[in-house]
Amino acid sequence: MTAPAAIHVSRTTPAARAAALLALLALALLAAAPWWAGRADLRLMGEIYLYLALAYLWNLMAGYAGLVSVGQQAFVGFGGYMLFALTIFGGLHPVLAIALAGLLAAVVSVPIAALIFRLKGAYFAIGTWVVADVFRLVFAQISALGGGSGSSLPVGIVRGLAASRSGREALSYWLALGAAVIVVGAVYLFLRSRRGLALTAIRDSEKAAAGLGIDIWRTKLEVYVVASAFTAIIGGLIFLQKLRISPDAAFSVNDWTAFVIFIVVIGGIGTLEGPIIGTLIFFALRETLADFGTIYLMVLGAVAIVVMLFAPKGVWGLIRERFDLELFPLSYRVRWGGPAADQGPGASARPVKEPGP
Amino acid sequence: MIEWLNALVQGVLLGGLYALFAAGLSLIFGVMRLVNIAHGDLIVLAAYLGLSTTMLLGLHPFLALAIVMPAMALIGYALQRGLLNLTLGPDILPPLLVTFGLSVILQNALLEVYSADPQKLAGGGIETASISVTLMGEGLAIGVLPLLTFGIAVAVIAALQWIFYGTGLGRGFRAVSDNQDIAQLMGLNKAHVFGLAMALALAVTAVASILLGVRTSFDPAIGGGRLIFAFEAVIIGGLGNLWGTLAGGVILGVAQTLGGKIDPGWQVLAGHLAFLIVLAVRPGGLFPRVAP
Repeated sequence: MTAPAAIHVSRTTPAARAAALLALLALALLAAAPWWAGRADLRLMGEIYLYLALAYLWNLMAGYAGLVSVGQQAFVGFGGYMLFALTIFGGLHPVLAIALAGLLAAVVSVPIAALIFRLKGAYFAIGTWVVADVFRLVFAQISALGGGSGSSLPVGIVRGLAASRSGREALSYWLALGAAVIVVGAVYLFLRSRRGLALTAIRDSEKAAAGLGIDIWRTKLEVYVVASAFTAIIGGLIFLQKLRISPDAAFSVNDWTAFVIFIVVIGGIGTLEGPIIGTLIFFALRETLADFGTIYLMVLGAVAIVVMLFAPKGVWGLIRERFDLELFPLSYRVRWGGPAADQGPGASARPVKEPGP
Repeated sequence: MIEWLNALVQGVLLGGLYALFAAGLSLIFGVMRLVNIAHGDLIVLAAYLGLSTTMLLGLHPFLALAIVMPAMALIGYALQRGLLNLTLGPDILPPLLVTFGLSVILQNALLEVYSADPQKLAGGGIETASISVTLMGEGLAIGVLPLLTFGIAVAVIAALQWIFYGTGLGRGFRAVSDNQDIAQLMGLNKAHVFGLAMALALAVTAVASILLGVRTSFDPAIGGGRLIFAFEAVIIGGLGNLWGTLAGGVILGVAQTLGGKIDPGWQVLAGHLAFLIVLAVRPGGLFPRVAP
């Protein structure tokens, strides 16, 4: 293929550069929140970061790898229970325990994947739910962790985090913020990498991707294992905030899967900007409508259905269509008449990928 | 020994109820490749409709079926034509996420209307009635309701089998299942056929729900668990095979009662393990007919 000399291929855009700069500023501001935000706000913001991270992980699985799971609560609860078990019985520092919980989840997720990857599509989804129910029932059997009624994190361990209450709250906040930044960054870099390209190819057509030599099963397995490990880490952080765990709370399909799915679907599944918007919408709705309890959940379900039917790429999809924006530069853009300085001999050989439909 | 034999018999009979849960799921998947995540919540909805009917009209739950069955069939047809048909296509996400949203809506709507209190349908003594049989020289009490449930399950599956292979309606089901576009070219309206399939599936569900409600108490949160049991029965039995679904339900029921015999906390877990073992050894189920 020979390209005319005046073609310019680039990934980043001025909007993306501006967004990156703004994000860095916002991050600096948020990192300083323990000095300017109140106790309740700090807690809420910590929760927002953890939901954002869960949304990114679910979006990576469902929106990019075609692994639609309704059972990620298995790993949220696993991470939470590992935090309790490793600190209470192993004497580990909570932060170390949470990191180790991620590793253990990765190990556990491999045989699970070997089993449930045999199910396709929607059957895979319900299979993940069965696995999550197995986790719930098994942890409810462990009487050392409080059985069906659960247990609290001992005071000594909580005190070991930081001497003062405000110190603990700040630490827990920074851990949540740090985890969210790592997850968002990791998902972005992964999708920009060679493997990310393979994943996008699988999303667009499994047959074509297989024809190009991509090992589909292995690529999906990698995504599943990495997402499960990170989900367990987030789960550990969630229950470090709550300080109390029970099987029903730890493996709740509503809290850790339904809400996350709604966030991703409303924000825009298969986009990197969507989960951020979805998380903001979700928490804005929750803070205003939460008093209505069940009605609020029904509204959320109805909004998700309407979005799925009439705007399948969510709120971000609508924005992108209207303004041709991309804040996380993933796709390649081709422009006529780019700067001559960029016209190296290899410029025309770079892959060109249109943004997904 | 007799206790284990008893658990085995109870498990087989419980399997009839699970097969009834699963028959609707299996039928919808067979006809339109739709996996309905809200299936469990529709089971609970039908049980509550039964509750309202028995309370308002003072009917026996079994007679209430005369109202609940057509009501569920109507709901099924409207749901399919009004919502679920919009989601069908090559992409698996829309049906999955729309039925998931529907599940959350249904569960919370039931919570709003009926509260979280457990309810039960009064069967007028049939719950506790039993017949004594002598097996291997030992006396065994078999509940009339479980026995009736199993008999109904066999009858319902035989009826579904006859509808599929012996009637014009079933020919329509099989035609759209094989190839939607060609069926459409042959003059079938697939939107209507899908609506009828969902109506039939939810009519079967109504029967299962009434039997569930007479057997045990229910609340709005149990839908997810019923969906999982139905799904396990379908996968154990093999996709697209209705008699296989009955066998899957029986295996699941037996695993649960035997597990519950060892330790009450193991009842549901043992069922899940049986499912996972089948998935590991025979991923297509024990008696498969179509590839998943």
